Amino acid sequence: MSDSLSRREWITRVGTTGLVLGGSALIARAAWDQGGLGIALKQGERQVRDFRLLREEPLEAAEIAIAKTGSDPASLTRAAVEALGGMKRFISQGDVVVIKPNIGWDRMPIQAANTNPDVVSTVVELVYNAGAKNVIVTDASCNDPNRCFQRSGIWRAAYSKGAEVILPGEHRFRTMRLKGEVLDEWPVYLPLVHADKVINVPVAKHHNLAKYTGAMKNWYGLLGGRRNRLHQNIDTSVADLATFMRPTLTIIDATRVLVRNGPQGGNVDDTKMVNQVIASIDQVAADAYGCTLIGQKRENIAYLAMAQARGLGTTHWERLRRREV
Amino acid sequence: MEPLSSHENDSQVRLSKPPLPLLSPDELPAPIPWLGHAPGPVASLDERTLAKAMGLSAAASPVASAVPAGAPSAQSSTAAVLPTAARPVKPKKLDPSRPGSGIPARRSIRVLVWVRRGSQIAFFALFLYFLFQTTFRGSFSAKAGDVVRLPWPVEGFLLADPFVTAMTLLSTHTVYRGLLWSLGTLALTLVFGRVFCGWICPFGTLHHFVAWLFPSRVGRGASRVEANKTHVYQRAKYYLLYAFLLAAVVGSAIGGLFDPICIVVRAIGLSVIPAAQYVAGHGLALASESNTRALQTTGDTVQDFLAAQVWQSKQFYFHQTWFIGFLFVAILFMNRFIPRFWCRVLCPLGAFLGVFSRFALFGMEKDHAKCTDCNLCLVHCQGADSPQGGVKHRQDECHMCLNCEAACPEDVIKFRFLPNRRSTVTKPDTGRRTALAAAGAGLVAIPTARIADSLHANYHPRAIRPPGSVEESEFLERCIRCAECMKVCPNNALHPAFFEAGVEGLWTPILIPRIGYCEHSCVLCGQVCPTGAIQKITEKEKMGLGQKPITIGTAFYDQGRCLPWSMSTPCIVCEEFCPTSPKAIWVEEADVPKRDAMPGADGKEPAMLTVHVQRPHVDPSLCIGCGACEKVCPVQDQPAVYVTSVGETRSKTNVILLEGENYNRT
Repeated sequence: MSDSLSRREWITRVGTTGLVLGGSALIARAAWDQGGLGIALKQGERQVRDFRLLREEPLEAAEIAIAKTGSDPASLTRAAVEALGGMKRFISQGDVVVIKPNIGWDRMPIQAANTNPDVVSTVVELVYNAGAKNVIVTDASCNDPNRCFQRSGIWRAAYSKGAEVILPGEHRFRTMRLKGEVLDEWPVYLPLVHADKVINVPVAKHHNLAKYTGAMKNWYGLLGGRRNRLHQNIDTSVADLATFMRPTLTIIDATRVLVRNGPQGGNVDDTKMVNQVIASIDQVAADAYGCTLIGQKRENIAYLAMAQARGLGTTHWERLRRREV
Repeated sequence: MEPLSSHENDSQVRLSKPPLPLLSPDELPAPIPWLGHAPGPVASLDERTLAKAMGLSAAASPVASAVPAGAPSAQSSTAAVLPTAARPVKPKKLDPSRPGSGIPARRSIRVLVWVRRGSQIAFFALFLYFLFQTTFRGSFSAKAGDVVRLPWPVEGFLLADPFVTAMTLLSTHTVYRGLLWSLGTLALTLVFGRVFCGWICPFGTLHHFVAWLFPSRVGRGASRVEANKTHVYQRAKYYLLYAFLLAAVVGSAIGGLFDPICIVVRAIGLSVIPAAQYVAGHGLALASESNTRALQTTGDTVQDFLAAQVWQSKQFYFHQTWFIGFLFVAILFMNRFIPRFWCRVLCPLGAFLGVFSRFALFGMEKDHAKCTDCNLCLVHCQGADSPQGGVKHRQDECHMCLNCEAACPEDVIKFRFLPNRRSTVTKPDTGRRTALAAAGAGLVAIPTARIADSLHANYHPRAIRPPGSVEESEFLERCIRCAECMKVCPNNALHPAFFEAGVEGLWTPILIPRIGYCEHSCVLCGQVCPTGAIQKITEKEKMGLGQKPITIGTAFYDQGRCLPWSMSTPCIVCEEFCPTSPKAIWVEEADVPKRDAMPGADGKEPAMLTVHVQRPHVDPSLCIGCGACEKVCPVQDQPAVYVTSVGETRSKTNVILLEGENYNRT
C-alpha cells in the first residue's frame, strides 16, 4: 500500500479542489446577472429636488417683488428681498444654503454674461444675516471654471462675505434619474442639491435659440455630461429641469442685461443698463417678467408656456401678489 | 572575457609611464591588503600610505596594478622615518569600519555629498512643483479685471537649459528673452564642471534614483564595477549633440526631442500626471459613491485637494501620449542594463555641458601611487568617468557627484580648484570622422524631412498651432517640444502632434478642438513657451480689442451631418459657444419640411410637417478658429462643424480670403 495516498493527503487535495470550486461558484453566483438585465434593474423613481417653503404663508406675503429704484446692484437686491418679506422668511436658523448664480462664461461683469458679483455677495450677506449656518456659492461653468469664477468677480465677492465657493470638479457629479420628458438619466452637480435651501440668482439675457434665458435656463448649470444635446429640444429640457429643481427663492439680476449676441456677449455694446432686480418664489413668473426687460414677450418663450402647463408656476406675473419698489 | 576597450586609443588614456619607479619585489606589499589571506594590518602598505598622508615624501610607493601577487611584505625605510618625524601634522584618524587603509574622506567632501543629495531632492521637488503649477488656478482674491497669468516661472528649468539656448541661437540667431538665464548654467559648468547633471537635472535625479532602486544584475560587485567603467557607447551623446546642433543651423530645434528637461516635462506632464489622475479618480470614485457618509466626504476632500494642487478639476487626455509614456518607462528601464543610461549614453544636454566642462576650474586630481585597485570609487561612480587609479579621469563625463572621493579609503582622489591635469582627459573622446558624419546627418536630415510635402506644399489642415505661434518654418526653428503649452492649456486643447505636422513636427503642439477648444481670453501657452515659438501676446492682441484678432484657423460646416441643415432639427449650440462679438456664426431662419416618423392612417404616406430651424453659417472674416463650435457640436463621433488651419494669422500663404479684405470693423 506504499504507493497509495495517505488518508491525510487525500483529504487535503480533494478538499483544496473543492474549496477552490466552491469559492469560484460563490463569487460567480453573487455577481450573476441572470437574464442580462443589470442595467434595467437600476430603474428608479423620478427624483425631484423641491426646496420651496412648505409651511402656510400669510395671505398678504408678496409672491414677486421688483426693485427698480436706483442703480446700485447691492441696494436693488436688498430692496427686492425686503419687499418680498425679508430673507428671514426663507432661511431658518442653521440652514445650509446654496446660492446658484450664473458663472457660465469667461466674461467680466461689465459684459453681463454672468450674474453681477455685487448681487451675489449681497444675497450671501442677507442669507448669513438671516441665520444660515453655511452658504455655498457654485455653478457648473461652460468655459474653464477657474477663469469663469475669477473673471466674473463672483469668487472674490462671495468669498469676501464668507461664502464657501466650490469650483466644479468632475468628481462632484453623480448620475440621477430626472425622468423628465427629454431628460432621463443625467449627471447632476451634487453641491447644488445637497442643501437645506437653494436660491437661484441668474442674470437675464438674450439667447438666440431660447430667445430669453434667466431663472429656468440657469438650471443647465446643474447638469454635467454633454449638455450640447439638450438644445435640440431646449424648451422641453428647460422645463424638465425646472420640474426637477424647485428653488426656495429666485432672484433675477437685471441690473445690466445682454440684449444681443447671447448667451456670451463679449462686447459692452451688446449690453443695456436696466437697473432692476426681481425676487420671486415663482421662477416661471420671474422669467415671464424678466423677458420683457430684454424686449421679449412671454408668448415667444416656449418653455414658459410648458412650465405653466405643468403647474410649475404662472406666466401671468401681474396676477401674483406683487410689490414694486 | 576581456571587456570592451573603453577608449579608441588606449595609449591616450593609459599613463605614458608609471608615475613612480618600479620597486624590487622584496619592497612590495601584498596587493590588496583587505582581501589578503591573513587578517590584520598589512604593515608595509599602511605605513606607506600613512607616511604619505602625513605629507612625508615616501621614497617609493607601489603602483598597485603593477604589483605581482603574493609578494611578502618587507619593512621599508619609511617605517624607520616615522617615529622621528616631529612634524606638527597629526596623522589622520583612521576609521576601522572603512575598508583598506581606512583613511576617511575629507570632512568637506562628506558634507558636500549630503549637500548634493539635498540639492537633487530640492531641485526635483521644485521641478514637480512647477509642473503642478503649470495650469491656471483661479484665486478668490483676484479682481474680475486682473490679467490671468501664472504666478511662478514654471518654465524655469527650460530657461536654464543652455542646449535649448544653443539650438535656438543657431536657428534664429537670437537668444529669446528668459533663455539668457541659461548663461548661469553655463557659468556653473565652466567653474565646476557638469554639476547640473549631478546636482540639479530632474531627469538625472530620476535616473540616479531609479538606478539605485532597481539595481540590475550589473548592480553588484564586479559587474557593477565593470558597468561603471567608461564605455565606448558614451560617445553616442556627443554625436547626437553635433547632429542636433547642425539640424538647428539648417532651421530645426528638433533636438528638443532629446533634451532631458523637455523629456521630463513632456512625459510627466502629459503621461504620468494624467495617468495618476485617472487611477486616483477611479479609486476615489469608489469611496465617493459608497453609502458611508464619512467615506464620501473623505473621497471628495481628497479629490478636491488633488484637483487644486496637483492636477485640475477634470481628467485630461493627450493625443497618442501612450507613446511618450512608453518611451519614458523604457528609458528608465534601461537603467537595469546601463546605470544612468540616459545621462551617460544619449543626453545631448549632458554632452553640451561635457564639451564646456573642459574649461572647468574645479576638477579631480589623482594620486595613482596610492590606489590599491579596490574599485570602491567605481562602485559609486555616476558618470562612468574613470575615477579609478591607473587610467586618466574623464572630466567631460564626470557629474561632480563626489561619490568617488567620499568612497576612496586610500586618499587617491582629490577634488580641488585648478587641479593638475596630469591624469585627466578633458576633451570628449570622440572620433573626428564619426563626429563629422553625425553633424552631416543632422545637416541633411532636415531638408530631407522638408521636401516631404508637410511644410510648404501640402500643409496638414489639422495642424492648428496655438494662438500667437510664429510662422511655421520659424515655429520649427523655435519649438523644442517641451509640452509646457500643452500642460498649461486650461481646456486640454493642445496636444503633441504625431505626424500631422510632418515627421519633423513630432510632438510639436497642435490644437485638437474635439478634445478642447482655445479659451477666448487665454494667453497662457505664450506665457510658458520658453523659446518664443508661441509669442507672449496679450489678451488685447488675441481677442482683437481695437485691432485684428489673432486667428488660428477657420470653421467649416459639414452640412450633411448638421442637424438643422440635414435633419430638420433645431440645435445651434455652435452659435451659442461662438465667443466673438459679433458672432462668427450667424443663423439663417428657415421653415423646413420634415417627414412624420409614423405612417398616416390606413397606410397612407407619412404626413409632411414643417419645422422651424436656424441654419448656421460661418463668417470667415470673423472666425478666429478657436474650435469652441467643434468642441460642443452634439454630433458626437465626427462633428458637423470643424476647424482647419486655413486663415491663420501667422501665415501669408495658408489663407482663404483676399488679403486686405478684413471685415473687422472695430
